[in-house]
Amino acid sequence: MKPLQLLLQSSIGKKVIMGATGAALVLFVIGHLVGNLQIFLPKEKINAYAHLLHSSAGVLWAVRLGLVAIVGLHVWAAISLTAQNKAARPVNYVEGTRPYAASWASRYMFHTGLVIAAFVVYHLLHYTAQLPVANLLPSTHPAKDFNQLLVTTGAQSGYRDVHAMLIAGFQQPIVSLFYLIAIGLLCLHLSHGMTAMFQSLGVQEGVWRTRLEKGAQVLAIALFAGYASIPIAVYLRIVQ
Amino acid sequence: MKVNLRVWRQRGPDSPGEFKNYEAADLNPNMSFLEMLDVVNDRLASRGEEPIAFAHDCREGICGTCCLNINGKPHGPGRAIATCQTYMRSFRDGDTITIEPFRAKPFPILKDLVVDRSAFDRIMQSGGYVSVRTGAAPDGNSIPISKEIADRAMDAAQCIGCGACVAACKNASAMLFVSAKVSQLSLLPQGRPERHRRVLSMVAKMDEEGFGNCTVTGSCAAVCPKEVSLDFITRMNRDYLAALMHEAVGRAAGKEGGAG
Repeated sequence: MKPLQLLLQSSIGKKVIMGATGAALVLFVIGHLVGNLQIFLPKEKINAYAHLLHSSAGVLWAVRLGLVAIVGLHVWAAISLTAQNKAARPVNYVEGTRPYAASWASRYMFHTGLVIAAFVVYHLLHYTAQLPVANLLPSTHPAKDFNQLLVTTGAQSGYRDVHAMLIAGFQQPIVSLFYLIAIGLLCLHLSHGMTAMFQSLGVQEGVWRTRLEKGAQVLAIALFAGYASIPIAVYLRIVQ
Repeated sequence: MKVNLRVWRQRGPDSPGEFKNYEAADLNPNMSFLEMLDVVNDRLASRGEEPIAFAHDCREGICGTCCLNINGKPHGPGRAIATCQTYMRSFRDGDTITIEPFRAKPFPILKDLVVDRSAFDRIMQSGGYVSVRTGAAPDGNSIPISKEIADRAMDAAQCIGCGACVAACKNASAMLFVSAKVSQLSLLPQGRPERHRRVLSMVAKMDEEGFGNCTVTGSCAAVCPKEVSLDFITRMNRDYLAALMHEAVGRAAGKEGGAG
């Protein structure tokens, strides 16, 4: 078989795709957080950042389509590998397989992945498509039409007021709660994924196994703290 | 001592199976688990009942034939031992012990607790060897090998092919076994010339046999009677990627094949 065919069809090939796309998505998750944390700076900063991201439609769509392709490959590999895993044990043990030495995160990657996928769809409808209905606010709420918010004064007049949009988006506690749960599951997913990808790509051996496992856990907790701080800060009115 | 056994009984590959309960009384705690089953079988036979079929051979932890899932764990409660090295003193008087066969699609049940693990043999036949010209035996130590490499190859070669890794993996993946068998040869100079061809064909065979995929839970290494390390899976993944690249470069250069 040709190498590309082997990469797409063999067990290890698909794990490599899983690990490589996962690594790219981790970089995106880190970059996205760095962008979002600008909410804690004066509001002009994040509005200028959002304006910069939208300044070139070509670049923006190239990045978006690239991300869709990466997510698509990641999800395709996950479904394909999981289907094979299920088929490999048609009759399970009477009490199932027990988690010897296995972390919870490592055993439920597909399940956490499913919730994350649902969250990503919602998140895109909420903040990218900016559907007012995704905000789940009553129609009388002042922040209901949060997609219309624009900066009206100063040098940034006419810019989209992302700072206000972000706060409006977290006015509904159920939405914020869903964000927190999804971020929690994402970070659990990453606490395993960020080390397993090194195994799949063939570079996690000896002392580096322990180091990478520890590093992945620390990074996962840091990412959770960073992402969770935003809805919590909005709820506590630290950001307004 | 006395234990209650809950044993999977299945007449043949296509028959439905079920758990049956047996009381095993008057046991010596220093009996091995297999000796306990021998005693139970003697008593069953003397009553005219069908003895429990289970696989065993060397009974000293080196052949990899015994393969029972005891209370949900391959080879029982101990660490780094096979079923035959598990002793009744590891259990408490009056315990109920559940005994199941290793469960995986590529390991079909032949009878009761005996499974057919010839899928492993077919993986070995697909590339788990070194091609040599027969003839006069070469001089010993004519190929220098560092102690570190020799030790690591031995760590991989510890694998006795019992299948506990497949049995414990939630995905019934055979990657620990295959990686040990790939690595024990690819680490050594004698195995290096064929390393690309070997890893490609052994992984292809592993996939064809219907084993699952590694999700790096680590359960395989935790139950392995020979404590084969997960590091060998990393190594196999690296070897596989290297083989794919070698193949791709070989094709780009217009050579036939390229691997091996």
